[in-house]
Amino acid sequence: MPLDKPYAGIPGTTVFDADQSRKGYHLNSFCMSLMKAANRERFKANERAYLDEWPMTEAQKQAVLARDYNRLIALGGNIYFLAKIFATDGKSFQYAAALMTGMSQEDYARMMLSGGRAPEGK
Amino acid sequence: MARVTAGVATSHVPAVGAAMDLGKSNEPYWAPVFAGYEPSRRWMAQHTPDVIFLVYNDHATAFSLDVIPTFAIGCAEEFPIADEGWGARPVPKVIGHPELASHIAQSVIQSDFDLTIVNRMDVDHGLTVPLSLLFGKRDAWPCKVIPFAVNVVQYPPPSGNRCYQLGKALRRAIDSFDEDLDVQVWGTGGMSHQLQGPRAGLINKEFDNRFLDRLVEDPEGLAKMPHIEYLREAGSEGIELVMWLIMRGALDHEVAPVHRFYHVPASNTAVGHLVLENRKP
Repeated sequence: MPLDKPYAGIPGTTVFDADQSRKGYHLNSFCMSLMKAANRERFKANERAYLDEWPMTEAQKQAVLARDYNRLIALGGNIYFLAKIFATDGKSFQYAAALMTGMSQEDYARMMLSGGRAPEGK
Repeated sequence: MARVTAGVATSHVPAVGAAMDLGKSNEPYWAPVFAGYEPSRRWMAQHTPDVIFLVYNDHATAFSLDVIPTFAIGCAEEFPIADEGWGARPVPKVIGHPELASHIAQSVIQSDFDLTIVNRMDVDHGLTVPLSLLFGKRDAWPCKVIPFAVNVVQYPPPSGNRCYQLGKALRRAIDSFDEDLDVQVWGTGGMSHQLQGPRAGLINKEFDNRFLDRLVEDPEGLAKMPHIEYLREAGSEGIELVMWLIMRGALDHEVAPVHRFYHVPASNTAVGHLVLENRKP
């Protein structure tokens, strides 16, 4: 019997559960490797070659190259691991969050200053 | 004997640590956040414990997806500050209390909570930002710290009730340690925030303030809140709040609130903070 996933219906939200974690194991392990400065340098020097060292799917590699974080989450990425990619790019959590919502970073920052996203549509 | 004197709950937003490290604490964006912790810093100066049992979560720093412990207790003599991808925070290393940690591990495991024992671990912003918030900039932390990492990265984290009951087992363990020590239990993380997907930026002030009320007055009821309610109401990362229930479980049923603070925003997150004292024996 499949597990009950009452959280599957929350809009705009992908819960990083055991199934997502299984799909994203190699993707997230690649992200983890970027904790080391030497690996960050190798990745920046040739992203495609570095990605090819990991047994990730082609779709995952393409999403990394495109910095498509929503797609990466759908493909099993977890935000705390994906943070290693945008940290390597010198970008903040607020930059990445704005990108995922489709807002400019300026509009997103303004929304946060005025109290954040209202929890409607939950 | 050792005794639990107080509990502290606080968010551990990484940008708060960065603001301190980069000397931005007085900027208009950050000043209200740090002002909200001033009363606690003054209280802490008078009530510095011997040991803090600090409940936090690791953020893909010490634990990758290779090993995912639900509850991990740090029993080492010291814990280095992690390089999370942009260099280690310029804060002192964390000194543990291996004797008390080992005593807690043995006691709590025999109370049916199957802890993972960790003898080597770097600690990330989840642990260091609360220390910075309560103690400010230091050359050395003024007390020992037992890191206690809870998995809230891969769903499901432990239930609120499991955390609350673990807090009670932790209290029994501390109470039975045969050394004269003042111990505080800290619960960190939260409050409402979502860092991922099109719903990123979610903040729920009503939920957060109700959570702060109930943590003080109705912890048993609050502990029954199901995960789905955290996810819907407080965002996918707001579920970190279950960690506050470990702290609350370790305190007396009746507590004396010393300070309460709530502020939006710190980067993507609502900051919540409580200091609760056990009533004197």
